[in-house]
Amino acid sequence: MNFPILSSLILLPTIGALFLLFSKDKNSNTGKYVALFTSFVNFLISIYLWYLFDPSTSTFQFVENREWLKGFVNYKVGIDGISILFIILTTLITPLCIISVNNTIKVRLRDFLIAILVMESLMVGVFCSLDLVVFYLFFEAGLIPMFLIIGIWGGEKRVYSAFKFFLYTLLGSVLMLVAIISIYWIAGTTDIVQLYELGIDTKYQNLLWFAFFSSFAVKTPMWPVHTWLPDAHVEAPTAGSVLLAAILLKMAGYGFIRFSLGLFPVASELFTPLVYALSLIAIIYASLVALMQEDMKKLIAYSSVAHMGFVTLGIFTITQQGIEGSIIQMISHGLVSAALFLCVGVVYDRMHSRLIKTYGGLVSVMPKYSILFMLFTLAALGLPGTSGFVGEFLILMGAFKDNFLVAVIASFGVIFGAAYMLWLYRRVIFGNLVNKDLLKIPDLDNSEKFILWSLAIPILFFGFYPEPLINTIEVSVYNLIEMYNFNLNMFGPEVQK
Amino acid sequence: MNNLNLISPEIFISLSIMFLLILGVFKKNSSSLIHNLSIGLLLITGILILKNPFNSTTTLFGNSYVIDNLSSLMKILTIVGGAFVLSISTKYLKISQIFLIEYPILILCSILGMMVMISSNDLMVFYIGLELQSLALYVLASFNRDQLKSSESGLKYFVLSALSSGLLLYGCSLIYGFSGSTNFNIIGNSIDSTHYGLTFGIVFILVGLAFKISAVPFHMWAPDVYEGSPTSVTLFFAVVPKVAALTVFIRFLYVPFFNMIDQWQPIIIFLSIASMIFGAVAAIGQSNLKRLVAYSSIGHIGYALAGLSVGTNEGIQSSIVYISIYMVMNLGLFSCLFMMKRNDQYFETIDDLSGLSKNHPVLSLSLLVILFSLAGIPPLAGFFAKFYVFKSVIEQSMYFLAIVGLLSTVIAAFYYLRIIKVIYFDKESEKYDTDHSVWLKISLAFSTLLILLYFIFPSKLVEIVSSINII
Repeated sequence: MNFPILSSLILLPTIGALFLLFSKDKNSNTGKYVALFTSFVNFLISIYLWYLFDPSTSTFQFVENREWLKGFVNYKVGIDGISILFIILTTLITPLCIISVNNTIKVRLRDFLIAILVMESLMVGVFCSLDLVVFYLFFEAGLIPMFLIIGIWGGEKRVYSAFKFFLYTLLGSVLMLVAIISIYWIAGTTDIVQLYELGIDTKYQNLLWFAFFSSFAVKTPMWPVHTWLPDAHVEAPTAGSVLLAAILLKMAGYGFIRFSLGLFPVASELFTPLVYALSLIAIIYASLVALMQEDMKKLIAYSSVAHMGFVTLGIFTITQQGIEGSIIQMISHGLVSAALFLCVGVVYDRMHSRLIKTYGGLVSVMPKYSILFMLFTLAALGLPGTSGFVGEFLILMGAFKDNFLVAVIASFGVIFGAAYMLWLYRRVIFGNLVNKDLLKIPDLDNSEKFILWSLAIPILFFGFYPEPLINTIEVSVYNLIEMYNFNLNMFGPEVQK
Repeated sequence: MNNLNLISPEIFISLSIMFLLILGVFKKNSSSLIHNLSIGLLLITGILILKNPFNSTTTLFGNSYVIDNLSSLMKILTIVGGAFVLSISTKYLKISQIFLIEYPILILCSILGMMVMISSNDLMVFYIGLELQSLALYVLASFNRDQLKSSESGLKYFVLSALSSGLLLYGCSLIYGFSGSTNFNIIGNSIDSTHYGLTFGIVFILVGLAFKISAVPFHMWAPDVYEGSPTSVTLFFAVVPKVAALTVFIRFLYVPFFNMIDQWQPIIIFLSIASMIFGAVAAIGQSNLKRLVAYSSIGHIGYALAGLSVGTNEGIQSSIVYISIYMVMNLGLFSCLFMMKRNDQYFETIDDLSGLSKNHPVLSLSLLVILFSLAGIPPLAGFFAKFYVFKSVIEQSMYFLAIVGLLSTVIAAFYYLRIIKVIYFDKESEKYDTDHSVWLKISLAFSTLLILLYFIFPSKLVEIVSSINII
């Protein structure tokens, strides 16, 4: 393979954005079609990439290595079984976001599409970079378009939320930058593949782990640094919330797997109880808070915190099931939370209210909407037959293997999850139709149907048949755990389990 | 005679200044001509510098004047900065009714002084250069003499600068007294670090220099002077003298006193940390853009000093990379300031930027790029500047400095974000004029593109700078 397929995946949306930038008309539909076309082509390329991808090996594939910062950092990209799924998730969600702007974005449509496309480039870049500096570059650069998306097209408190999002994330990340440069001086390279082989001296691992953790914990978000997320979600426009929930949060989970486990096994082993504790608090606390929310978007935001708690829990069980479960949970949550935010967006466009009490009895007005919303609600609470179940089940299996008590507490989270999601559904869809304004609103239009069904199909498909996902990640995860245990035996026998 | 070739740029620029003075006296209404001529002459000076042999170190005049890679590069930076300042400020000067022949001539004088500073290898030569550039700057600061603020800033700068020059001279005399020479190399060879007198001398000189680059705690003049001076002079203040003073910093610390690094390193680290934190915190409350630039330049000097404090060639190089990128960012920022004009009146508060993105999408996009770059967000040039500095800082395991520096970038990000918020999130106000000069547009486009596309060829600048080896 000489064709730089990954670089073209990264570059294509930016080229589309440049094209939009130089186009004359600012609000007409041509811009939208250009954006849709580029992102859809990108989706096809990523599917083709999955087809070409060889799941039987854990070495990085489609690797490109170019000199970049001379004698110091190379531009290196490549994918393994873990990253490819996130790339496909990104390229799937982006075109759906672009379709969804139809009703939501009224002003400066062109600028919005440019921001979304640039964002896609950066997100794909995060998931395929194989060098710490390149990773950091993509990871941080995403702040700029997201800040603008929240700030320009957001709701009433958008300025506050945009600032909070930006500064929280930046604060977490600067420590990671210190750690990355330190790794360069300790190990002599920032190339991940080489670092995997070399290993990092045990005496530095704890501090470095914490520096990376500070960044990923903010981004995940873990309790107690999750407070930016509800604000950002609530104020962002629908497409922004979708990107944030579906993909941006996954960068952190991906980072935990790729960097925290891969580079600092000794420290990861040492700090597993900390991560467990924070994850459990996130699961229980965020679920309880979600129960009390009156704003639909806020409720879903808190449910994201709880679901990401499951993800971090699963990752740090360091078992085959736990990590696979976490990855599937992330993919599934990417689809489900995107769908839920889009569902909220659908009624928000009609009623301009996110408050649960505005609604009630929607089932008689919007039957098609109610069916799809139910499907996503059930997927969010992890009903068997949806992709949400596969992930949660595997995570809990991994957790039971590692620590019984933790698994039991986490299981409560599943019950709470069912409680707040079903209660939300009951209050919005069933009940008496009190608000007379609701009578006038139309059911789903074609583009909304298309968006929601394109999310519903993979949710159901992978719920019944998760084989393709598991096949793709199995070898990579297995190899990761092997390497982890090997390094643990080499460097840190005293903290071995 | 052969040696005179090497200082042909200095000779040429001195002759040009005299020629322009005479021309200005004898030819009526020649401001425009002299303005353009001075840009041309500056560029010729730049070419003369480029003709100097590369990668060789030559000393002149009894070892008191040195021509090497460092001096050539920094002189070119100074000249490019000066040429840009002259070329983009024409319209501003005309509208402010200070389009006089003295303006370009004073800038040339100041640049000549800086070139002498940059090449100096002797305390006396260094002082002569410093005074030449400062004298020109005093006049420039109060150039808009009908305005109270401008005169005030000139006077303020003069008084405080004279005080710092006094301290600096006292330091020079102490060093002369304890080492027996004013020549950097001789001082370096005869150094006896047990003498506390020498340490005092270093401290006094560092105070004087810190004043010139407005490092905390010697920054008090900067906000007032930046705000009061004509905007084009503020731009000159913000970039060009810093390049020269930083070079003197490098030469002074690393040539004669490298052995005493234990003595001066903590001072530089303190200056650096104090400037970074103060620059970030104090800028938050500002509403005037020129004042804000003053505080942000204090912060940025802190990062450049962080690179200097390391004590390695990489550190020096990183701080030169930093100051070059900083110069480009400031050129862009001021180009935007020059574009904020409505009915022959310039605006300079943050609120005047309100909703700029709706009326002037291109201008606001450039500002967005420049501001995010100043905040150090990747993949813009400002990030790489910080990255190189912290790379060299962490190499020496100075983690405290690195962490404080990076945390203060987060604080600083807040006020840059605030400007972006005003531009992009707030309600639109009236449109600004769009009849900008070609040079202004070119300079804005040039700096924005350079900042935006720096990540494609990030090692070009580093390669050039890596030819500078002082230690």
